[in-house]
Parts: sequence; structure tokens; C-alpha cells
Amino acid sequence: MTLNADEAARFAALLEENQDALVSAWTDRVTTSLRGRLSHAELQRQTSELRRGFQQALAGTAQGISDAAAAELRAQLSELSASRARQGFSATETAVSVFAFKEAVLATLDSSGRNDATTLRDYVAFSSFVDDAALFTFDSYVRVREELIADQAEQLLELSTPVVKLWEGVVAVPLVGTLDSARAQVVMERLLQTLVDTGSPYAIIDITGVPAVDTQVAQHILKTVVAARLMGADCIISGIRPQIAQTIVALGIEFGDIATKASLADALRYVLAQTGKKGR
Amino acid sequence: MNDQGERVEVTSDRDVVRVRQLVRTAAVAVKLSLVDQTKLVTAASELARNTLVYGGGGWVEVAPVDSGRRKGIRIVFADQGPGIADLDLALTDGYTTGGGLGLGLSGARRLVDEFDIATAVGEGTTITVTKWCR
Ligand SMILES: Nc1ncnc2c1ncn2[C@@H]1O[C@H](COP(=O)(O)OP(=O)(O)OP(=O)(O)O)[C@@H](O)[C@H]1O
Ligand SMILES: [Mg+2]
Repeated sequence: MTLNADEAARFAALLEENQDALVSAWTDRVTTSLRGRLSHAELQRQTSELRRGFQQALAGTAQGISDAAAAELRAQLSELSASRARQGFSATETAVSVFAFKEAVLATLDSSGRNDATTLRDYVAFSSFVDDAALFTFDSYVRVREELIADQAEQLLELSTPVVKLWEGVVAVPLVGTLDSARAQVVMERLLQTLVDTGSPYAIIDITGVPAVDTQVAQHILKTVVAARLMGADCIISGIRPQIAQTIVALGIEFGDIATKASLADALRYVLAQTGKKGR
Repeated sequence: MNDQGERVEVTSDRDVVRVRQLVRTAAVAVKLSLVDQTKLVTAASELARNTLVYGGGGWVEVAPVDSGRRKGIRIVFADQGPGIADLDLALTDGYTTGGGLGLGLSGARRLVDEFDIATAVGEGTTITVTKWCR
């Protein structure tokens, strides 16, 4: 059910005439539903802006939330859901903030004694307009949450793969935990980028924190080493603990001519000896 | 003695990680040495990934076993995928149809004490491995 042009215009007028009463009734309801987690003043500012948004959309004879005349209102609702999502409110709490507008409007109609048939029919049409607006808010809330979660996952990935400059000309990447394909990709990219940024001829890949080196992990490491070599850098694998060494041997993985060291310190000592030789 | 067995459905990479964690916990519980824990976890990682990648998914069951003389862990990997037509070839180091290192199957066999494989083309593959405490 959509609003026709007359209904929209009549409602726009009603929202204008009763703006103070509406904003105050709406703010009270939202404040209660959020149980005081946002201040009354903050919510009053939000509802008063949203009231203006609804009023202008209807004055522009928007018949539904996806109309061009409702573009400004949609932007406001998206902003509302984004800030609520970031503040940790639930999708329901966010949508209820919009639904509450209907109750505020109904209360205002009641108290002004307007209960003629036209007003009621207008109200029903208006009510479905608000429902759509609330669903729109719900959808954009979900979208924002998904983006937030994806961002956090990415940040975690990056956090867990720091590439550090260990020494002049030597960068190191300590691998920690499970090296799945997504992380292996991030590790490789960040290592190669750091090699470019620092112009380092040596990279140490430290696997002390990797609980098991299987063929997939080995393959990721081998690919990274090959890519680093193509960029003119030598890789050393360090942190190979005894149980990992024995497992790698039994599995049949060969690291070929890649230098491997028991500890990060050994690897650094090895690199410094190499550069010492070259310097001479 | 499989009453304490735990089963994991394997349908994604996440499940392979869960299998590894389950095997690690079980191996610690029967007091496998650190080297043997690592070997068993690595073998399980290989076989579970094969179940996922080549078998099109399946399940893995991890259970403690007791021969009366010693304790150990038994793991079953089962799928209803295409099966393996030439088992000798599949067990050859370096043989891969999926761009891997071709070491998973043959390497896993070397990492465990008992390795049994039942496979039929068009029906699927079931691999049972056991690692005993020394
Ligand atoms: N469960 C299975 N069902 C069907 N075919 C399988 C199964 N497991 C292994 N194979 C076949 O055996 C081949 C060898 O397996 P293996 O695990 O040794 O190597 P890979 O998986 O190709 O590479 P890697 O494990 O070294 O990364 C596979 O390429 C595949 O063709
Ligand atoms: Mg494999």
C-alpha cells in the first residue's frame, strides 16, 4: 500500500503543524526503548531531524520510501543505522526507533481529537510508509554490521601478521597460528610490499608460532620464497622446532636450497655473516 | 573401544581446522609425545583436506583406543566422492591431480603407525589411521 499524492500532502501538513508534540512523544518512546543508553537530548536531535526528513519527503509527494523525493530521508535513515550499529545497538532496537514514530503520530491524532474517516485512512497509508522506512533502516543496519565484521576480520588478519624491519636490510615476519589460504595471501603480500618499501635484500620467515606445518603451509611458504627471490630478496626460514623438523622430514617436504635455522637469532646471525662476506 | 569417539562433518576449511584441534586434544589426553602429537595432527590435516578437496566433503571421527598393552588414537576419514582409481599412483610421492605437492597421502602414511585405506571408484574413500603411545 502506498500513499497517494493527496494523502502525502495532508500528512506533510499534519507533521508540520504538530511538530513539537510529535518530536517530544517520539523522543520519549525511543528513550524508553533504548533504556537510557543514549541521552534524551541526543535522541531529541535525531528525532527532530527525522521528523523533518519525513515531512519533506511527504511534502515532495513521495509515495514510498524508494521514491526520489525520499532520497534525503533514506540518507538520514542510513546514517542512523550506521551510528546505531557502531554503538552496538541491535537491529531490532534500531528499527524500533523508526516504528515508534507511528505511535507518536497516533497519540498526536488522538489528543487533537482527529478521528474522522479521512484521517484514519491517511494514517493507514502513512503507517505503511513508516513500516517501509523501518525495514529500510533494518536492511542498512545489517549491511553496516556486515561491513564492520568484515573490517574487523581483516584487521585481525593484519594484526596477526606483522612484518617488521629487524635490522638494516633485514625484514622478518613471525607467523602465528593457522596459516590458511587467506592469511597466507596476506602474509605474502605484506612481506613483498615491505621488501619494496625498505629495499631489504633479506627476509626471515619465522614459524615458531605455527603448531603444524603440513603440505599446504609448506606450499604457501615455498611460494612466498620464490616470489621474494623474483624481487631479488633471499628468504630464511627460522623457528623450526624439533617436532616440526621431524614431521617435515617424515612428510617428505623439501625446502631445497632455502636456508633454515632453529631460531630467529640464528637466522639474523646467518644474515649478518652473509652481508659481512659480501661487504668484503 | 570407540565409545568416546567424536565426529566432525567436513565441508569447509574451517572444519579442517576443527579436526586438527580435536586430534590435538585427543592426542594430549592419551599422552602421546610432543613429536607424535605433531605427526598425528599433521597427518590428520592432510587426510581431512583430501576428504574435503577430492572427496567433496565427508566426515572425520577421532577416538581413543586401548589394545590392553598400550593406548593410542584412531582416526577415520570418510567421503563418498569419486574414489581413487590407482592407489599405488596416488600413494607415490609427488603425485597430485590438484596442483599440490603430492605428499599428503604418502606423507600421512609415514606419519602414523597403522594406515588402512578402502576406496572404490564412484563410491568413495575411507581411510583409518592409528598412532600408538610409545
Ligand atoms: N579422498 C580422496 N578421494 C579421491 N581422490 C583422492 C583422495 N585423496 C587423495 N586423492 C588423490 O590422490 C592424489 C594424491 O593426494 P595427496 O594428498 O598425496 O596430494 P595432493 O592433495 O594433491 O597434494 P598435497 O596433499 O601435497 O597438498 C590427489 O591429488 C588426488 O588425486
Ligand atoms: Mg593432499
